[in-house]
Amino acid sequence: MSKNPEFVKFDKVDKSYDGKVLVVKDLQLDIAEGEFITMLGPSGSGKTTCLMMLAGFETPTHGEILLDGNIISNIPPHKRGIGMVFQNYALFPHMTVYENLAFPLRVRKVEKDEIDKKVDKALSMVSLSGFETRMPAQLSGGQQQRVAVARALVFDPAVVLMDEPLGALDKNLRESMQYEIKHIHESIGVTVVYVTHDQSEALTMSNRIAVFNDGKVQQLSNPAELYEKPVNSFVAEFIGENNTFNGEVVDIDKDKCKVKLANSEILANPISVKSKGEKTTVSLRPERALINPTDKMDNMFTGKIEEVIYHGDHTRVRLNLLGSSEFILKVPNSTSNLELKVSQDINIGWNSVDARALDPK
Amino acid sequence: MSSETKQILTTDGIPLEVSLKKAEKKNKIKAFLLVAPLLLFLVITYIFPIGDMFMRSVDDRMVTNMLPKTFKAMEKWENLEELPPEEVYRGFYEDYKLLVEKQEHGKLGQRLNKEKNGFNTITKRLFRQIKRNKIDESISIKDQINKIHKRWRNIEFWLAIKRTAPPYTMAKYLKGMDMYVASDGSIAQVDEDRRIHRILWLRTLEIAFFVTLFSFFMGYPIAHLLATLPMKYSNLLMICVLLPFWTSLLVRTASWMILLQQQGVVNDFFVMIGLVGDDNRPEMMYNKVGTYVAMTQILLPFMVLPLYSVMKTISPSLMRAGKSLGGTPFVAFWKVYFPLTIPGIGAGCLLVFILAIGYYITPALVGGASGTLISNQIAFHMKTTLDWSFASAMGLMLLTGVLVIYWIYNKLVGVDNIKLG
Repeated sequence: MSKNPEFVKFDKVDKSYDGKVLVVKDLQLDIAEGEFITMLGPSGSGKTTCLMMLAGFETPTHGEILLDGNIISNIPPHKRGIGMVFQNYALFPHMTVYENLAFPLRVRKVEKDEIDKKVDKALSMVSLSGFETRMPAQLSGGQQQRVAVARALVFDPAVVLMDEPLGALDKNLRESMQYEIKHIHESIGVTVVYVTHDQSEALTMSNRIAVFNDGKVQQLSNPAELYEKPVNSFVAEFIGENNTFNGEVVDIDKDKCKVKLANSEILANPISVKSKGEKTTVSLRPERALINPTDKMDNMFTGKIEEVIYHGDHTRVRLNLLGSSEFILKVPNSTSNLELKVSQDINIGWNSVDARALDPK
Repeated sequence: MSSETKQILTTDGIPLEVSLKKAEKKNKIKAFLLVAPLLLFLVITYIFPIGDMFMRSVDDRMVTNMLPKTFKAMEKWENLEELPPEEVYRGFYEDYKLLVEKQEHGKLGQRLNKEKNGFNTITKRLFRQIKRNKIDESISIKDQINKIHKRWRNIEFWLAIKRTAPPYTMAKYLKGMDMYVASDGSIAQVDEDRRIHRILWLRTLEIAFFVTLFSFFMGYPIAHLLATLPMKYSNLLMICVLLPFWTSLLVRTASWMILLQQQGVVNDFFVMIGLVGDDNRPEMMYNKVGTYVAMTQILLPFMVLPLYSVMKTISPSLMRAGKSLGGTPFVAFWKVYFPLTIPGIGAGCLLVFILAIGYYITPALVGGASGTLISNQIAFHMKTTLDWSFASAMGLMLLTGVLVIYWIYNKLVGVDNIKLG
């Protein structure tokens, strides 16, 4: 079946609340039909504003939003047919679970039998069958959340928006709900636009992630690429952990460059540097640096252990390396674990391809 | 047996329950001492006056105390078709003589005259006879009294005395409803043209109802604005709502008098814009209109504040959810927002209604003849006629009415649904 790759389209959208500051700057974003896309970013980055514009609660200051080829900027929220899950669930506290779910169907004048059928189906989808007569206050946070998801889906909307729906849940519940929402998305194939500031949530659930900062999309790509190949130092910093070196490019060719640090030189992968003399921030994932590497690696240094923190499944080691005492290593917890002691000297190595020379911070 | 074995002991062997009571006793005494001043205050200023009011409203012991022998003798008066026997006459004579010595006979005459018109004349005649020592106690008192005035031979007058025998009476309550006890003991209505209290009760209910309604329709949007506007505007609006609240009631009522009188600001404005002619200025004061306008304005904050406190707790995302799920703004309001404000509506309406039903100063000043309420009538009897027992009776009727409304409200909405903030 042919899916519309531009099912939802933000076309050069600007948004300002006070006429002085742009909250969203020249946003260009296409969302494919059936896709699970996450808008990820720190608070104040404009992601929720984008969602509110799509839902119709805010109007773009400039530009258009298109849904399935139609401009929707002038359509009021209740005519857009977009389901929405709110941060605090926004269940109607004076209605039972059944009435909450029936609300979008009743306002659409659906037949009573049809309503019963759809509510039943939606509730079984979130495994809450039998909870029809409960009031929202009688449900736990996770159950309320699932009712909110079911309510946003029960009228078969083309797009479902989720505004940090898991923010209020505890860690374990949040993780299991992440999988549940992901599975619901996979089984019914609805287009989901998800907003969060939690990167692990974004990485587990999404087909694609749009990283927002300062009103702009910094990078739009699938989770693996986002993590492995960040295009700028903001994304590298924001997603996952990161060791950084600030320096200056002293030598560059096609896929390698030499970066001069305060008192040494490292080899790196030139991503956003073009020529000699440019300032750069080199980013290296902690798990890409190995202790006592057996393979030949083109960056090999010796560092001194400053701190060892046991994390259960892995151990974090903070090193004093190349003049910085903030270098982090992640050592997986395996049976062949090394004896790691503070103030011990160890050899560290990594490949230049994993050390990405990005824009300077 | 089993309960004994189950009894839990503390480490030093005292049963846990005893130990717990002992530990909590001190706290209980402390807590009681803290509320004791308030309790005392309530008893002195609230429960005691209401009790006193009730006693006053039903108290009818004056005649009972003045004529003890008469009423004692009347117990033997069996055939009420005939004049009472000699003992009753003798008892009445002795009681009356004693009153004459104490110079209290005038009060009795007035009181009995209220019960039966024309009594004052015949008691005065009896007084004169006693003063002149014309009554011979050795022969039949009955014959001698009967000769003083023909009304003494009328059984109606003796029945009237008998009716005043019980120390308590409902007469004041009946009077408050324009009814009275007829001479045959049945309850009758006063003549149609003298039924003033019933009109006042109905008018009080009507004005309280409409004032509540107006306050609701005006207060709801204001409260909504207050709850949804950004802080800097809502604070300003809140002050606009509260400023009149902080101003003296008398000052506010007086300013309405300035605004509403025939040569007042509002009428001047109407004339200026040509709405009414200068010689045809409408009367907006000293009638119901004045009462409605002034009372609605004065009671508005009592509607706005409970509504505001409830609306403040309603998350704006609920309305958004209603809209995003396909409800038009009206449906989202009516199905989602409005039901959630019902506790505030209940509290506001109940508060305004109860305050309005007993309102006094404002209707007294701007109400004129057609805009006064039952409370003005109560004040009239307190200050002018000095019939405190009647004023008490009407006050208690008002209080009962309020309690009934509260009870109905509780049945319909549930008092635990009230939210004052």
